[in-house]
Amino acid sequence: MLTLLLILLPIVAGVITLLVGANLAKQVALVGALAELGLALFVWSQFDPSAGVQFGFKYHWLASAGISFAAGLDGISLVLVLLTAFLTPLIILSTFEHTYKNSAAFYSLILFMSAALVGVFTATDAFLFYLFFEAALIPVYFLAAVWGGENRLKVTFKFFIYTMFGSLFMLVALIYLYYQTPGTHTSEITAFYKLQLSAKSQGFIFWAFFVAFAIKMPLFPFHTWQPDTYTEAPTPATMLLSGIMLKMGVYGLIRLLLPIVPLGLQHYGMLAMILSVIGIIYGSIIAIQQRDMKRLIAYSSFAHVGLMAAGVFAASTNGLQGAMVQMLAHGINVVGLFFVIDIILSRTKTRSLDQLGGITQVAPQLSVYFMIILLGSVALPLTNGFVGEFLLLSSVFAFNGWLGAIAGLTIILGSVYMLRLFQMSMFGPKSKWVEGFQDLTFSEKAVLLPLIIMVFWIGIYPNTFLTISEPAVNQLLKLVVK
Amino acid sequence: MYPIVLLSVLGIVTLFLGFSKSKNILLPAVLLFLAIALAGNFFEWNKGPLLYFYDMFRVDNLTLAFNGIILASAFMIVAISGGFQDNAEAEPAEYYALMLFSLVGAIMMVGFEHLIMLFLGVEILSVAMYVLTGSNKRNLRSNEAALKYFLMGAFATGIMLFGMTLLYGATGSFKLNEIQAFVSTTQQAAPSYILYAGLLLLLIGMLFKVSAAPFHFWTPDVYEGAPTLFTTFMSTIVKTAGFAALYRLLSHSFTGVYSFWWLVIAIIAILTLVVGNIGATTQNSFKRMMAYSGISHAGYLLIALTALSKPTQNAIVFYSLAYSLSTIAAFGVLMLVSKEKTIEGQPDERYDAFNGLAQKNPLLAFVMTVAMLSLAGIPLTAGFWGKFFVFSSAADRGIIWVPAIAVLMSVVGIYYYFRVIIASYLKEGDIAEIRVAPFYKIVLILATFLTILFGLAPGLLEGIF
Repeated sequence: MLTLLLILLPIVAGVITLLVGANLAKQVALVGALAELGLALFVWSQFDPSAGVQFGFKYHWLASAGISFAAGLDGISLVLVLLTAFLTPLIILSTFEHTYKNSAAFYSLILFMSAALVGVFTATDAFLFYLFFEAALIPVYFLAAVWGGENRLKVTFKFFIYTMFGSLFMLVALIYLYYQTPGTHTSEITAFYKLQLSAKSQGFIFWAFFVAFAIKMPLFPFHTWQPDTYTEAPTPATMLLSGIMLKMGVYGLIRLLLPIVPLGLQHYGMLAMILSVIGIIYGSIIAIQQRDMKRLIAYSSFAHVGLMAAGVFAASTNGLQGAMVQMLAHGINVVGLFFVIDIILSRTKTRSLDQLGGITQVAPQLSVYFMIILLGSVALPLTNGFVGEFLLLSSVFAFNGWLGAIAGLTIILGSVYMLRLFQMSMFGPKSKWVEGFQDLTFSEKAVLLPLIIMVFWIGIYPNTFLTISEPAVNQLLKLVVK
Repeated sequence: MYPIVLLSVLGIVTLFLGFSKSKNILLPAVLLFLAIALAGNFFEWNKGPLLYFYDMFRVDNLTLAFNGIILASAFMIVAISGGFQDNAEAEPAEYYALMLFSLVGAIMMVGFEHLIMLFLGVEILSVAMYVLTGSNKRNLRSNEAALKYFLMGAFATGIMLFGMTLLYGATGSFKLNEIQAFVSTTQQAAPSYILYAGLLLLLIGMLFKVSAAPFHFWTPDVYEGAPTLFTTFMSTIVKTAGFAALYRLLSHSFTGVYSFWWLVIAIIAILTLVVGNIGATTQNSFKRMMAYSGISHAGYLLIALTALSKPTQNAIVFYSLAYSLSTIAAFGVLMLVSKEKTIEGQPDERYDAFNGLAQKNPLLAFVMTVAMLSLAGIPLTAGFWGKFFVFSSAADRGIIWVPAIAVLMSVVGIYYYFRVIIASYLKEGDIAEIRVAPFYKIVLILATFLTILFGLAPGLLEGIF
């Protein structure tokens, strides 16, 4: 029942936001998002990690066809729901210094988006999962297409068609699986786990799922929509895309791909792993070349998600646990980084590294916050990035030493582009664009402070979160290694 | 059976109402007539299967469900016709009477139990449509469309009739159940090639009516040339009736030779999907795009027919319903917008006509968006479940390659449907606020509401027929 509340609360808040109109939209949306956070924390306090799927509900949807409206929380879901609930209010708060035209629609779309995301992370029925997976696309499409930059129409259109294309393959795979279930058929995900499929059909389904999730994350070579979309979308939409929506892909790999087609994974896991590792290196190298800060972070995000996917394909406890904690860490860091860039952009009107420099001299507070988040992102020990990357790399290394060594380059390359970003924007002689730069305002600090608290919390004591997902991950791995 | 009698009588009454001085009573009267026919239709609910007219017409819940969709669509279309008051040369009484008569044909196609009944239905429906297509009599395109439709349609009818004759020659009967008996016994023992030829010719005739490729060439020109209201009528009612007839024909008579025809239909389905979707991407006119989109939807429905499995029946009913609702809403908005925006006195039916629609007409933009999302098959709309059921029925037979291609084509579909949404929301334009009559508004809101309702609760229609 609590799960249903978690899904409905943002929808209700979104509708109210739409009704109250432009003047109060910000505040109402923030209250709604905070209420969702409160609810998520309450659910966490009631949660028992070893008890499997909890707080579930199930309503018949197409009774005769065995399709139901069913959702529930296990450890893996809860971690991502917490991430969504934590980031949504911060994303809303991060817009307080801006005014968007037609703001009631803007904020309600953010809330609808967060409802769809919670739906994806909690659905226990495969078709419901698909439905939310697609539904999440529509609000973010409009956010990017209405409030985005110059080139938005073309870019967001490509994004929409690209991701839609991928998920339709998933739909075909799901319908096929559905007709393989015994009796009158059912679309419960756990029923799909029990299917005994031939190696050949597992291969097809593996690739159908792979394409769907690889486009969403994105993995090499399906990433071409991502840098443009991240750059053109307004910052809150970019935060939603990179901070949370990207995790839908990783979550899909964990929830559907691994347990349903273990034989497919055996056959093609290596190939998928190689693609992921290519993405890590390729993304990092391009990130080093970037002059546009938003594009740089976009490519860094592409590199990071490659590592998460590699950990998932390794299908070990370390890999999955690493992916879980890295999803949290990446969500927090990337939202922080995009926010810092947005602050710089709104003050200086430029995102180009060539034109910036010397911001430290005028905005010491901003530099400190920026530095901490950045260090989290380059995986310095005692920050959140370290825990995830360490677990992930150890799992890739255990899978294949050579691949592990190549993937390990991410730490070096990551420091190169991140520190270069910091150096070129914050240090050096003060550029003329930086004249009259104001340091952080109160609402900006209110966004950044929770983020850096989390950077340290996960870095110093990751067990808080690792223990949530551990039983669920082990349970899941039993299905993979039959 | 009641709607056939009621509509025939009330159609004649409508003609006489045309003599009345007061033009204003016509529209409410026709709406009332349709409501009566709709009520009469459901009077026989759960009483069937009943046979009428010397066992030539069959009434069961499936017939009634299709009739319901057809009559409800007609009701909505008449409600947005606005009485043709803006056109001084129009003959509203004749148009309405022809629409009512054509509905009689549609209903005969849905419930036929005898091939002659099918032929009568197709002819009654088609002849009325030929006239309505050319009803904009001063307009060259409307005339061209009518002539084209008539000539091609007449040929198709001829081919269909030829097919029926051959079937009669092979089986010795026009009755569906007797053909079925022949197909499942004699045909199995000693295959009759005349039967195969007859079936193919009959299918060609029917596929022409539902605008499946490669028999679709008339569709874009006719849809574009006909007055938009009758385009709506054509693309919803003719298509629903055509697929109801195809389903009844194949499922009642030819299941015994499934292995013969399924691949034919499957290939035509793929061809139709490719032609419809690729054709639609290159259009600049919204109305022409809708014609190609109509072709592509015929392709999806054909996939369900190809499989002819347990979910097929539900798939066809649901898909027809979802498609009709969205099509009516989309053409409804088009009529308003193209009347507002004109180029050299002609209505502007290009995508560009919708530029900036959302600025002053948020309701119309929303209605259009939901209709396009539903036609594109985006989740939480009825259109998604329509596609879902269609793909399911193929998967139930174990046919995966057909839906796989269909999926690729529906991605293409998103491209052209979204052009309208982008134009209405994201482009700048100068459309003034459009005044919408209350009746009109109710129809648009109802279509949108039902599209979303069936998108959220696709089980509503489950198990009722």
